[in-house]
Amino acid sequence: MPLIHVAQLCKTYQVPEREAGLGAALRSLVRRKTRAVKAVDAISFDIDAGEVVGFLGPNGAGKTTTLKMLSGLLHPTGGAASVLGFQPQRREAAFLRQITLVMGNRNQLQWDIPALDSFELNRTIYALPAAEFRRTRDEYIALMEVGDLVRKPVRNLSLGERMKMELIGALLHRPQVLFLDEPTLGLDVTMQRRLRAFVAEYNRRTGATVLLTSHYMADVEALCKRVLVIHHGRLLYDGGLSGLAERFAAYKTIGVTLDADTAGAVAWDAYGEVVERDGAHVRLRVPKAETARMTAQLLADQPVIDLTVEDPPIEDVIERVFAAGTAEASHA
Amino acid sequence: MRNLLAFYWQTMKTAVIIEFQYATAQYFYMIGMVAEPVIYLVVWTTIAASQGGVVGGYTAGQFAAYYIVWTLVRNMNIVFTPYGWEWRIREGQLSGMLLRPLHPLHMDVAWFAGWKVVVIVLWLPIAAVLALAFRPELNPTPLEMVVFFFSLWGAYLIRTMLLWLLGLITFWTTRVSALYELYFALELLLSGRLVPMGLMPAWVQTASSLLPFKWAFQFPIEALVADLTPAQLLGGLGLQALWILAGLAGVQIVWRAAVRQYSAVGG
Repeated sequence: MPLIHVAQLCKTYQVPEREAGLGAALRSLVRRKTRAVKAVDAISFDIDAGEVVGFLGPNGAGKTTTLKMLSGLLHPTGGAASVLGFQPQRREAAFLRQITLVMGNRNQLQWDIPALDSFELNRTIYALPAAEFRRTRDEYIALMEVGDLVRKPVRNLSLGERMKMELIGALLHRPQVLFLDEPTLGLDVTMQRRLRAFVAEYNRRTGATVLLTSHYMADVEALCKRVLVIHHGRLLYDGGLSGLAERFAAYKTIGVTLDADTAGAVAWDAYGEVVERDGAHVRLRVPKAETARMTAQLLADQPVIDLTVEDPPIEDVIERVFAAGTAEASHA
Repeated sequence: MRNLLAFYWQTMKTAVIIEFQYATAQYFYMIGMVAEPVIYLVVWTTIAASQGGVVGGYTAGQFAAYYIVWTLVRNMNIVFTPYGWEWRIREGQLSGMLLRPLHPLHMDVAWFAGWKVVVIVLWLPIAAVLALAFRPELNPTPLEMVVFFFSLWGAYLIRTMLLWLLGLITFWTTRVSALYELYFALELLLSGRLVPMGLMPAWVQTASSLLPFKWAFQFPIEALVADLTPAQLLGGLGLQALWILAGLAGVQIVWRAAVRQYSAVGG
C-alpha cells in the first residue's frame, strides 16, 4: 500500500468574472457570472514511504492546490486521496500530527518573539514530551547552525534565517510526510543549499516522505530521483528525473574543443546549431537522432582535442514539457 | 485534558509576553477607549444633577460605578473580530492554523485570555483615576464579587462565540465588515453599552433579555454595581453558560460547512 495514493483527484474553483468598468460592476450586482476553473484535473499517482518526489509545473499548474488537498486544507471536488491511510480532508488530529506543509512565502512563527518561544508553543500544540522535544529542537538547531539566532525576535531575522526557523518549527513534531511548497523561494544560493541539505538529512534520518515543489531545478536535482510534472491541472509525466530528458529532450548538446586557429575556420553550421562559441570551444545543438552520426563526422573531419555529448539542461527539458503540454491542451 | 491545559497556559504566557512588549501602545489604546464611557458618564451625571440627582433610579454615583466597571468589561470582551478573519484568510494565516491538530477556536480563546491579564494590570491605574474623578457608589458583597469574576469570563466567551460565528461568514463572502457593523449597532443598543438597559423602554429591555448581547456586557456590570439577588446573580451565570453552549454548538455546525467551503485564497 503506497503512503500517498491519489486517484483521479480533481479540484474545480468557481471564479467570479466580469468585464472591467463601472457598468460591468453594476451589472454584476444583478447578475453575477462565475466560471468553473479546473485547477486539478483527474490526476493519479502513488508515492511510497521514504520517497522524495519533485512536483514540477509552471505557475497556476495546480501544484499548490494538489498539496493543499493532500494536506487537508482543501476539499477535492472529485476523485480520492489517501495519505498515511487517512482521507486528508477529514483533518483528523492523528493525521495532522504526522504531516507538515511548509509554504516558502508564508510565516507561521510569532513575529514579535524569539523562535524559541514559538517552538515551545508548537510543543504544546502537538503535545510533545518535553525531553523528546528538547532533543529534537537542539538537533535541528545544530543541523541548521542557527544557535545564535533562535533568541532573536523573528522580525529581526533575514528572509533566509526566518525560513530556517520556519522549517525547524514545522518539523519539531517529526512528521512522516512533508509537503514543501517552494521552500527556497527568494533565498540566496547558499541558503538554498543549506535548506536542501537539511531536508535531505531529515529524509535520511527519519525515512520521511517528501513531496516538493520548486521553481529552482537545483532543489529538484539535489533531492528528487522522481518527478511529477503537472500543467493545466493534468499530470504530464511521472518518472525518474533522468528519464525526463530521455523522453522529452529532442536534442543533445555536443561540446567540441579544437585548437583556436582551426576552430575559427570551421563551418560549424554543417554539424548543428551553434549555441555557444568561446575561442577554441564550441557547443552545438544536434537533433537526438543525429547525435551519433554528427559525433562520428566531427571526429573524422576535424582534429578534435576534446568532445563531450550531454543532455540539455533540465530547465530546458522542463520548458519543453510545458510547451508540449500547452500545445496538447490547446488541441484538446 | 492535561495537554490542552498545557497549551492554554503556554499560549496565554506567549500572549502576555507579546502584549507587554507593546505596553505603551496598549496603554494609549485603552486610554482612547476610556473616552467613550467618560462621555456617557458626563452626560448622564449632568442629566441626573438637573433632575434632582436621579435618572431612572440611577444616582450620579451609580452612573460612575456603572461606567467605570464598563471600562473593564469592555476591555475584557474584546475578542477576535470579523475584520481579523478577513486578514487571516487573505494573508494565508488560517491555512497554518488548519494544519494544526487543534481547533483554531482554542488558539483564539487562549490567546485573548492571555491578553486580558495584561488588560487588567493596565486597567487598574485608569480605574483609580476615574474613581477619584467621579466618586462611584460601589459596595459589592463577596458573592457579587465572585459572580462578577466569573461573569467577566462568561461575557468574554459569549462574545468570542458570537464574533467567531460572524467571522466564519468570511469563508463564503471573503468580506464581512458590513455585517459586523450591523451587529455592532445592535450590540450597542441592546447590550447596555450605550445606556444602562434600565433606562430603555420595557419592550427593549425584554428583547435584550432574550438576546445574548446583554449577557456579554451589562450582566457583569450589574453583578458588581446593582443590588441583584443571589437568584438573579446565579441565574445570570446560568444564562451566560447557556449562551456559551449555544454559541459553541453554532460554531461547530458552521465551522464544518465553512471548512468545506475554504478555498485558501491567501495561501
